[in-house]
Parts: sequence; structure tokens; C-alpha cells
Amino acid sequence: MSEKSQSIQSKKQSGHDERLKKISPLRVLLNRPELGALGGSILVFIFFGVVAGDTGMFSAYGTLNFLDVSANLGIIAIAAAMLMIGGEFDLSIGSMIGFAGICIAIPAIYWGWPLWMSITFAFAMAVLIGYFNGIMVVKTGLPSFIVTLAMLFILRGATLAITRLITGRTQVPGLRVLIEDDPIAWLFATDTFQWLFTWLGSMKLIELRTDGTPLATGIPPSVIWFVALTLFATWILMKTRYGNWIFASGGDKVGATNVGVPVGRVKISLFIGTAVASTIFACIQVLDAGSADTMRGTLKELEAIAAAVVGGCLLTGGYGSAVGAALGAIIFGTVSMGIFYTDVDTDWFKVFLGAMMLIAVVFNNYIRRKVTENK
Amino acid sequence: MSDYIVQFNNISKFFGKVIALKDVTMKLKKGEIMCLLGDNGAGKSTLIKTLAGVHKPDEGEIIFEDKKTIFDSPRDALDIGIGTVYQDLALVSLMSVTRNFFMGREPQKGIPFFKTFDIDTANRIAAERMGQIGIDVRDPSQAVGTMSGGERQCLAISRAIYFGAKVLILDEPTSALGVHQASMVLKYIVKAASEGLGVILITHNVHHAYPVGNSFTVLNRGKSMGTFQKKDISREKLLSMMAGGEELDKLEVELKEMDRISKN
Repeated sequence: MSEKSQSIQSKKQSGHDERLKKISPLRVLLNRPELGALGGSILVFIFFGVVAGDTGMFSAYGTLNFLDVSANLGIIAIAAAMLMIGGEFDLSIGSMIGFAGICIAIPAIYWGWPLWMSITFAFAMAVLIGYFNGIMVVKTGLPSFIVTLAMLFILRGATLAITRLITGRTQVPGLRVLIEDDPIAWLFATDTFQWLFTWLGSMKLIELRTDGTPLATGIPPSVIWFVALTLFATWILMKTRYGNWIFASGGDKVGATNVGVPVGRVKISLFIGTAVASTIFACIQVLDAGSADTMRGTLKELEAIAAAVVGGCLLTGGYGSAVGAALGAIIFGTVSMGIFYTDVDTDWFKVFLGAMMLIAVVFNNYIRRKVTENK
Repeated sequence: MSDYIVQFNNISKFFGKVIALKDVTMKLKKGEIMCLLGDNGAGKSTLIKTLAGVHKPDEGEIIFEDKKTIFDSPRDALDIGIGTVYQDLALVSLMSVTRNFFMGREPQKGIPFFKTFDIDTANRIAAERMGQIGIDVRDPSQAVGTMSGGERQCLAISRAIYFGAKVLILDEPTSALGVHQASMVLKYIVKAASEGLGVILITHNVHHAYPVGNSFTVLNRGKSMGTFQKKDISREKLLSMMAGGEELDKLEVELKEMDRISKN
């Protein structure tokens, strides 16, 4: 049989397999990376609604409580997700939180800097460290896993050593008095919509303290940051040229470079992003607690990566979403707080975290096969 | 102005002591499809990387539209109008058709600092361009991973043309494809040439090259064995030139010998 007749024959059949590709609506939905996390969070809320519906978990105070925990994790999970989509990991997130904490506290308490200056200093350090992580990964071609693992130890060690050297202790308290009158500290330390909660309290719609003020005083700053960052990251990923470069850099580094995507610059900026997100996390926690602790943020990098993975990010890069990571963080935050309202021993939380991650990875793997399936 | 859109005169490239290319000369006209043939290790990859700006030639000159040109990077070659489609195609299978089509060169709209990727325009252009070559992309937001090998190849070529390629260098575009898919790609290549592009088609498959090529340059061990017009050379002659004819003859004799022994 000659080439020609074969090609004519296959052309006759091609009316189906080539021109009109049928995609079921279910398939379109399955192609969204955050689908798994959405389903997961709905299940989690149904579960606690049934098990702990009457315990006060879903009262205004209880809700804000688990949202606060979710939001804190979400802030770093979103940055971790963007970096993962760009094809890299950052294991130094947790250490960066601790380091940023003392960058704020030591200058403010021991050197007499105004708070806004030490906060700015912490962000400047974050940019430097993120840049260093990025440039190391890009220039050496080493796996980011190794480079940032080294940074995990370096930063945690430096945090501990510097703090003990300067203060003789591992904690730096006394920040709370500095928050008032500071020009930027309110960004990380003010509950918003207080008027709403006061009003709700006066209408007796939410629970009150014995003195008549509402138990929940306002939306915590973490939640505002969390929502803003989710929107911002989603806008970047879906709507900007830079977003397309993030997907391309993570999806195929060589290919992206060949068509002119500045892969190195994209990755470095994403590393700066995770370090800055860690610093936002640190600002909120340090100002809320009024003190910096050298061990703050321990293991947070793994929780952030877990939330990103549950949210549909592929470990191999090039696929994922900020909304997914946000939902992943909400799942973890809700379960970690919700478990207190049930009869289940809180020791089981980590078991849940691990199991959830495994299910998510298996599910995501399946999705990826479906998406890249060659017809 | 000469007939040639691009000329490569006496190109040599050395890697240390290794002579990868020696005195290779190749000329390409507008609308011409030149097939670059050669066995593995003949220097095809080195030659196209030199043409694409990845390597700098150690000797010789590149003349593009009558101007002597030196490429410092692949970007230079791209900007001047030499589009290269490598074997890996530079496509990300998890990303959509549109996002791949405009990867690195996304159209933007909006005010400075808040510019957004103009997805609607991009979708429209991508669907339009793919439609022109007979690939109906009903949903340009579908992942490239769902496309067939031939469709992907066409997408990569179509992208290079859209972004201003006057000379198209195609590295083994049909090597991983079945007969139908390969013929779809070859048809598209002919169409692109008929619209005035110069095409350099790198392949080791004479059966794919011969029907579409206007001229044939055969490389062997870093040297050009000459450029032949289609009327001057047969398919069989080309095949024996690129594979080293004697080697195949020798193989045939050896096989016959083995056959004879096993029969005994």
C-alpha cells in the first residue's frame, strides 16, 4: 500500500478524531486545578456542621477563630503555590518567619528604632534572602529543594544565635506598646469592620461578654491580607503576561526560554514572593502576640506546601491555582480548630493532614494524566 | 538584491579539537524548501544551532537579505526573522493552546503597571491561525496535551510564522509522527513556502523530504556533500548518499552471508 492511499484513508476517518473533539462538561470542570480542594472544603464543612454544629464552632467568634488560623496559613500557602507553579520549592518559609520576627523585634526593642522602620527592615531582608535563594537556584541549576533546605537551617540557626547574642534569651517581648501611633503597624494589627461587630452585638445577634461588648471584635488583619493576596495572586496568574510566564517557567523551562520567557527572572521574583509572604505572616503574628519567638514558624513551610498540593498544585510545576491553595489552607485551618470542638483527640490532626495530602496527590496525578492525555 | 533570502557561506564550527562543521555552504531562496539531510552525527544539529544563533560560527559568514549578520543569541536570529522549531517544540502540554501560542509574547491591554494579558484577542488570533491550517480548535483554552502530535507540530510552526519568521528552520518535524500526521505537517510546510517563506527542513527521512523539497543538501561527517536540485537527483541516490551507500551495500552482503550460513 502506498503512502498516498493510506493518508487518504485515514483522512476519511479523521472527521471524528481530528476535527471535532468532544469534551464533556464534566471534563472541563475536572480540568480546573482547584476542584479537589473545593470538594474537600465542602466535605469538611459538612462534617463539622454535623459533628460540631451546636458547639459554637460556627458562631461569629468561632468562625473568626478558624478563619484566622486558615488565613495565616493561606498567606504563605498562596506564595508557596505560585512558586510551585513556577516549578520550584521554598523550604525556608518557616525559618524566614522566625527570622523576620526578630528583624522586627530586636531593632525596635534593643536599638530604639521606630516600629515602621524595623518592619521595613524585615521586608528588605526578606527581599534579599528571597533574591539569594532565587539566584542560587537559577545560577547553579541545583534543585531548589536542596538550596532552600540549606537556607532553612541557616536562617533558623542565625535567628537563634543572633537573638541570644543580643538579648541573652530566645524571645523578645514588649512590642505591644509600640503599635499605637505607629504609621504602618496598623496594617498588620488592626481588626477591621469593628463597627459592624459592635452593631451586631448591640442587636444581640452575636454572643457578648459579660460587660456587653461583643466577643468577636472585628475581622482580624490576617483574613484581610489572605483575601487580598488570593485575589492579587489569581489576577496575576490568570490575567497578566507575568502569570503566563510563571506557568511556562514551571511547565517547561527549556521551551519557555526558547520562546523568550525570562525564566530566571520569573523564578527569582517568586522566591522573593515566598520570603515576603513569610514576613507578612511574621508581622501579623509578632504584633498580635506582642513578642517575637525564635522558634516561630517551625514546620510552616511543609504546611504551606501541603495546602498548595491539596489545592491542586502539581509537584512538577506548571499547574495549579491560588484559589486552590487558599481552599487548601481553609481545609487545614478549619480542621485544626474544628477538632477542638469534637470529641476527637487533637493528636489526630497530623494524621488527617497527611491522609488529606496523600489523597490530593493521587487525585491530582490522575487529573494531570487526563489533561495531558495524547489522543 | 540577490535571489537568496539567506546565505550561509563556508561555515565552520569547532568544539575544541572536534571539527563539527567544515566549509558548509547553503543558500536559500524565498518560497524554497531546502531539505537538510544527514545521518546521526553528520552535524545537522550543530548547523541549525549555528543558523538559529545558539552557536557562533568560527569561520564563514551568514548573509540575511544581502546584509552580513552576526547573531549573539537566539533572540537576535528570532528578531531578524529566522524562526526555529526544535524537536521539543517549546510547548507546555499543561497550558492552553492560546497560552502556548503567545508564550513569551503575550498581547497586553490596559494602563501601565496594570496591564493585563489580552486573553480574548489572543484566543481569537490563536483559533483563527489554527483554523487557517485546517485545525479546528473549538476551545483555544484546552490544554495542548490533548492535541495530537501533528497538531502540536503545526501549532509550533504556526506560532513561528505569526511572530514574523521569514525563514523557518524545522528540526525533524515528522520524526515522531504517523503517516497521516506527518502528511498533515508536510502539507502545511508546503503551504507556508508557497506564501513566500524560506524553509529549511532537517530530517533523516528521505521519504518525507523528497516529495516536498525543492533542493537537498546532504551533510556527512561535518561536511556538505553538495546541494542538489530535485530534478538532478533521485530518491535512491539521496538515500545512499546520506547513509554512506557503501556501508549499506556491505551490510547487504553480510546479511546474505549470514542467511547462507544459517540455512546450512
